[in-house]
Amino acid sequence: MNGNQFMFYMFASVIIISSILTVTSRKILRAAVYLLFVLVSTSGLYFMLNYQFLAAIQLTLYAGGIVVLIIFSILLTSHIGERFDLIKPQKSLFSAIAVIAGAVLCIITILNYKFSAGQAVAREVNMNIIGKDLLSMEYNGFILPFEVISILLLAAMIGSIVVAKKIKK
Amino acid sequence: MQDFKFNIYDLSSFTHWVDVSLYSYCTPFWAMMWEMIIIGVAMLLFYAVIGLFLVYAERKVCAFMQNRIGPNRVGPYGFIQTVADLVKLLMKELVIIRKSDKFLFYLAPFIVIIVNFMTMAAIPFAKGIHAIDFNIGVLYIMAISSMGVIGVLIAGWSSNNKFSMIGAMRSGAQIVSYELSVGFSLITMCVLAGSMQLSTIVEGQSECWYIFQGHIPAIIAFVIFLIAGTAETNRGPFDLAEAESELTAGYHTEYSGISFAFFYLAEYINMFIIASIAATVFWGGWMPFHISGLAGFNNIMDFIPPFIWYIGKTFVIIWIMMWFKWTFPRLRIDQLLTLEWKYLLPINLVNIILMALIVLMGWHF
Repeated sequence: MNGNQFMFYMFASVIIISSILTVTSRKILRAAVYLLFVLVSTSGLYFMLNYQFLAAIQLTLYAGGIVVLIIFSILLTSHIGERFDLIKPQKSLFSAIAVIAGAVLCIITILNYKFSAGQAVAREVNMNIIGKDLLSMEYNGFILPFEVISILLLAAMIGSIVVAKKIKK
Repeated sequence: MQDFKFNIYDLSSFTHWVDVSLYSYCTPFWAMMWEMIIIGVAMLLFYAVIGLFLVYAERKVCAFMQNRIGPNRVGPYGFIQTVADLVKLLMKELVIIRKSDKFLFYLAPFIVIIVNFMTMAAIPFAKGIHAIDFNIGVLYIMAISSMGVIGVLIAGWSSNNKFSMIGAMRSGAQIVSYELSVGFSLITMCVLAGSMQLSTIVEGQSECWYIFQGHIPAIIAFVIFLIAGTAETNRGPFDLAEAESELTAGYHTEYSGISFAFFYLAEYINMFIIASIAATVFWGGWMPFHISGLAGFNNIMDFIPPFIWYIGKTFVIIWIMMWFKWTFPRLRIDQLLTLEWKYLLPINLVNIILMALIVLMGWHF
């Protein structure tokens, strides 16, 4: 076993265990923290692939942004003694069936694809290329999705302000 | 087997020697493991020493600001006072809070500490002493340091105490908003540097530090970074999260013994990290002070080892941050948020445009 494999198995086991705990934990903040572990380990996998830009973005957006927002809203709304109710056996039977079906589908798809080890040497993704592509109007440029997303976010922001505003009578 | 090399001005030959000799003795897997262990232990030692020293320095600076003497009994000038404090904290009982969420309660200090360590990994301490040199170094530091707030929030919530909770909420609101300013002021400097890799940023300042190269926008960015960085570390005048007179101790009210010490230490190391990022990005990190054209002067400056330069610059900035803490009164929460959203953020956005203009027109030095 070389170092890469060791790290991969470590990240993979953290991801699997924490994602199971995320959905089974009955305390909501613990679930959020397990989700944080999943997201951080995923970014660890990106670091292993030498795609540091994506890894850092994963950390900023998901771990630093979304999880912080989730925890913040939990802090505002829930109390420490709260626990989710136990799920009825009927419901858990159906969800188990759904989970198994999904897992089988995924495994079949993965097994159908023949993964072959790449010959190319791993290389660093140059930041300048990423930056230019994000703002380029050429064939592979991302300027259009970038603008569309920013308009969408603006709309969402205005919408949330309107929703949160008090209605004057 | 290579010959032993040690050059205080270029430690990369030493680290290279360690690397080569480890790989010649062990299998690659174990060589990598040993390297990780060595770096981890070195970081841990550095962390502990810097933490203890900063607590001492803070008490001394505070004492001088208030016309007192400060710690003066344990050791010469009270120098090992903090070691005695640490021993005391280690032996104290860890009080178990009955109605707390114990898993999260004990996890929270570790999240804060781990975040500190991950940030320190990317800081260039001297020529050749740089654990990981990402090509996105600045982005990585911003990404990691945004996670420290999670530890604070969890600590506040899991203590099951209203003071802790309010402290955590304040600190969350504060860190989330001031992170923007920290990020934008670093982006301003990235525009000037043309790179996010910290080693390239340091190399780029061999002629002249960026704060002089970028003149007006660089100085504005530096001031904003200092203000926002002080706010991000939850230090006075922005220490609303642990305002003693209102919230006892804020989010770490319920912590005792060594888990309290973790939070305390993490706060000081955070200050050290912010100061060293400021020193690296604005003042050239371990790069000596050079004036292009004056070869004799530059040679004298080169005589001082890079690590001394780095530590010196960092401690000057730390001293400025301590000066802030002991001279300004604490802000109210609405003043705090007004300062960020109505003043710092707009100034910062204009500043980025100004910096881009200066770089495009070639008006920098």
